[in-house]
Amino acid sequence: MNFRKTLLSVTALTTIMGAGAGAVLAQDSITIASWGGAYQEAQRKAWFDVVEEELGIKVIEDTTSGAADVRVQVASGAPTWDLVQQGNYSCAILENEGNVEMLDESVLSVPGIPDIMKGKGWISNLVYGAVLARSDAAYPEDKPNSWADFWDTEKFPGPRSLRRNPVYSLEAALIADGVPMDELYPLDTERAFNKLKELKDDVAVWWSSGAQSAQILQDGEVDMALVWNGRAQSIADAGAPVSITFDQQMVLTDCWVIPKGAKNKDLAMKAIEIMSRPEVQARISLFINYGPANADAFDTGVIDDDVAKGLPSHPDNVAKGFVLDAGYWAENLDKLTQDFDFFIQE
Amino acid sequence: MTATEHTEPLNKQALKRQARTQQRNELSLSLPAFILVGSLVLVPIGWLFWLSIYGADGFTAENYIRLLHPSYKKTLITTFELAFLVTGLCILLGYPLAYLASQLKPRMASLVLLCVLFPFWTSLLVRTYAWLVLLQRRGLINTWLMDMGLIDAPLKLAHNFTGTTIGMVHIMLPFFVLPLYASMKTVDLSLLKAAANLGASPVKAFWQIYVPLTLSGLGAGVILVFVLSLGFYVTPALLGGGRVMMWAMQIERSMAVYADWGAASALGVVLLVMTLGILWAFARLTGAMSSVEGK
Repeated sequence: MNFRKTLLSVTALTTIMGAGAGAVLAQDSITIASWGGAYQEAQRKAWFDVVEEELGIKVIEDTTSGAADVRVQVASGAPTWDLVQQGNYSCAILENEGNVEMLDESVLSVPGIPDIMKGKGWISNLVYGAVLARSDAAYPEDKPNSWADFWDTEKFPGPRSLRRNPVYSLEAALIADGVPMDELYPLDTERAFNKLKELKDDVAVWWSSGAQSAQILQDGEVDMALVWNGRAQSIADAGAPVSITFDQQMVLTDCWVIPKGAKNKDLAMKAIEIMSRPEVQARISLFINYGPANADAFDTGVIDDDVAKGLPSHPDNVAKGFVLDAGYWAENLDKLTQDFDFFIQE
Repeated sequence: MTATEHTEPLNKQALKRQARTQQRNELSLSLPAFILVGSLVLVPIGWLFWLSIYGADGFTAENYIRLLHPSYKKTLITTFELAFLVTGLCILLGYPLAYLASQLKPRMASLVLLCVLFPFWTSLLVRTYAWLVLLQRRGLINTWLMDMGLIDAPLKLAHNFTGTTIGMVHIMLPFFVLPLYASMKTVDLSLLKAAANLGASPVKAFWQIYVPLTLSGLGAGVILVFVLSLGFYVTPALLGGGRVMMWAMQIERSMAVYADWGAASALGVVLLVMTLGILWAFARLTGAMSSVEGK
């Protein structure tokens, strides 16, 4: 399905490029690919419009479905995208593979974005969290609030759900087993898998997409789940008896990369620099329930206090959890994915 | 050689010549189709194979060595287990159904076939989600059974092997019933009467006369269902709860996770080879069976 999506977007892109070529020539432009939908609309209003105005260029949009798209573009020798949004360990993996341009110092030195949220070839722009969401119907009084509670099937009986992926699941298992959040990496994988084994029979669903994680919570298929905060929030807003806690959350980021050999590399670099500034970063939370990656954005006064407290990247919420180590996963994803697949099928 | 030719009657030789010319003509007529199949099937498969053995550093077995990880073995077993199970269940459910349809009056038969075909026209994704609505913990079936007081705790019907099997059998059934129905319609029923006349019991007549005569349709259905099941992705992904890992899912994963196409290509080659092997064995088996029937 991903492949078809890729094909579709490549076809769509070709059409757009063909049709738009005449109009764009008069003006410089960059092409940005992101996740599409409401997410990209928010980015357009919060960031792309600002870039267009300040640089006097046009931002052409496209959509991506993941790292494979970037690889295909780079392998083609003439990438049509100048800037691509990716999930954070994908950025680090693409950097390791040599598929991205190294970022200028001017970009990396923008104040406010912590070191763990950037690499030599990527920088984070949006923050979300992998959090514990639970059914208020199943646990009306005493609610599970930690990964230890998530593992405590006596105190909190009921089916659970984890992501069908070693990322997040191994971290949650280690925290449940008593590893302090600041001593997680490098992961003690053996210990993590042993802890996961304890819970295996109570994991009713290993979810593979964000939509699925929301559906099983909403339909009562599971009573608690490790999910992305935005997904749980959206069904809670729609009236489902579901709540989340930021306690022990895993802070995750999406990030920018410039595909190796991008035509408008210099303009893309300038665009990232603009979109990383605190006052521009802050704007994203006006349009969607995600937090800015730049911590200084919370001091700009752009985001309402009420909204800010519900964002995973609000300093108070970040302090309750830890930032997922993208570099660790970039190195170990391959091996641990195979081990995890084996574990699930055992 | 020449001796035999001379002994053959003249018109037989002429007939042979004519047959050869006709064969050549037919061959040249189907040449465009051959070229099409060759360029659209053989070339990509060859390319797939090439990608799996030739990486950035030249020839490599790396893509195949990684398949030695026990997780792939598990997936392979699951894939074939599910394909066999689904095929078996399709035979059990589909054979009586096709038989019923073939024995009914045309009007009723088309109604039955419509019932088989109707889900066939509905999107696979929709049908899979519909099963989720029926089978999940707070789904229709569990709610109903609990309300009736038949069970105390919900049955685990979805998000596991059971759910995947149910969903796949439902989706595969039309592929099995249609070719079988077609071959059943061609069976001359007076043969059964003749068998009865010669003293065969209805059961014996069914097994010895009817079933062998429908073997070609049965074989076509079995192959269709089995091969399609091997490549299934959506239904196991949605109804398997993440536990049921099919080979196609491993291919998708390899594409998403790993940098080159080699890993995914190797997976594709392995599935292709195993499928061809099984089809070959199947052809040998049914070939042997029909030659026994021929005698």
